[in-house]
Amino acid sequence: MAEFRLPRNSRIKKGKHFAASNGASNVRRFAVYRYDPDSGDNPRLDTYDVDLDSCGPMILDALIKIKNEIDPTLTFRRSCREGICGSCAMNIDGGNTLACTRAIDSVKGDVRIYPLPHLPIVKDLVGDLTNFYAQYASIKPWLQSRTPPPPDQERLQTKEDQELINEPAACILCACCSTSCPSYWWNSDRYLGPAALLAAYRWLVDSRDDATGERLDELEDPFRLYRCHTIMNCTQTCPKDLNPAQAIVATKKMLAERKY
Amino acid sequence: MSNDDRPLSPHISIYRWPITMVLSILHRISGIVLSVGFVVLVAWLFDAAAGPEAYTVFMSVMDSLVGQVMLIALSFAFFYHLSNGARHLLWDAGRGLEKSQANQSSWLVLIATVVLTALFWWLAS
Repeated sequence: MAEFRLPRNSRIKKGKHFAASNGASNVRRFAVYRYDPDSGDNPRLDTYDVDLDSCGPMILDALIKIKNEIDPTLTFRRSCREGICGSCAMNIDGGNTLACTRAIDSVKGDVRIYPLPHLPIVKDLVGDLTNFYAQYASIKPWLQSRTPPPPDQERLQTKEDQELINEPAACILCACCSTSCPSYWWNSDRYLGPAALLAAYRWLVDSRDDATGERLDELEDPFRLYRCHTIMNCTQTCPKDLNPAQAIVATKKMLAERKY
Repeated sequence: MSNDDRPLSPHISIYRWPITMVLSILHRISGIVLSVGFVVLVAWLFDAAAGPEAYTVFMSVMDSLVGQVMLIALSFAFFYHLSNGARHLLWDAGRGLEKSQANQSSWLVLIATVVLTALFWWLAS
C-alpha cells in the first residue's frame, strides 16, 4: 500500500558538517545520507565541503575522496568505476543513477546523495537488495530449451533474432529503475518491478528459448506484471539508457495477443 | 539488531519528478475528480426532472463564481483525462515509448488540455 510518510525510525535528522581545509578555493558541498546500525539513532544528513581542485570529475570520485580524506566511516558500494558493475547505484540530485558515470559538474548547487529509494538500509548508502535479487531469480533468467543442442556447434541465432535481446541483455541489475518506480515503492512485495520484468522480456523474445508460454503464465498476474502503470520513471532514470517500460508494454501485448 | 529494524530510505520526498511521473499522478487525480464530478451531472439531470424551480436553483448555483470555477475545473479534468488517456492507448499499442517521445507527448497532452478546455468554454459562451 502507498505509505507516503517514512516510518518513525527512518526520518532523517540533521547531521554533522565537515568544513573544507583552509585555502581550498573550489569547494562544493555534498549532503550525504548516513545511517549507523550500531548507534540505534535515526538516519542523518551529513554535509561535506569538498575541494574540487583535488578531486576527480565524477560523483564517485568525490565519495572516495570523502572516505579517504575526510570521514572514513562513510560506507557505499563501488567496484568498476566505469558503469558496468552497477554497484554504485544511488539517488543523486533526486534521480537514481550510477555515481561513477554521473559528473559532479552536471549537478547544480549542493550535491544531495541518498541511497536508492524505498529500500531497507543496511548502512549509509548501502540498501538491502535481497528482495530485488529474489525477484530476478523468480523469472528464471536462464535458457530453457526442450530441443537438444546441435552436436557440433552452438545454438545459432539469426542476426535479427540476436538484435531483439541486445538491449534487454545489456541490463546490469543496478536497481536504479525498480527503486525509481512508485508502483514498486508501494508494492515491491508483489510487483516484480521494471528490472526483473526487463529480464523476463529478454528471455521471452529469445529465439532459442522454448518456455515462452510458461514464462507468460508466470507473469499473468494483477500484481507481478500489471502493477506497471507506465509512469516511465524506469526508462527516465536508467543509467544504461535501456527501456524497461517499453519491454513491459511489449510483454503485456504478448499476453493480449496470446488470448485473442 | 534484527533486520526488521532497518530504516527505510526516503523515496517520494527526495525524488525529482520527471514530467511523465507528474502526468501519471495527474491522470489518477483527474479520474477521481471526474468520478466525484459525476454528482454534479446527476444533480443537473435530477433538478431538470424535478421541475422549473429546482432547475432555476441549480442553474443559479452553477452561475455563481464557485460554480463556474468548479465547472471549469471539471472540464479541465475531463479534457486532461481524455488527452492523456489517448496517449495511454498509443502506449499500450507499443508506440511512443522512447524517452524523448514520452517527454514530448507529455507537453503535447498539457497543451491539448488547455486548448480543448478553452475551446469548450469559447463554444459554450
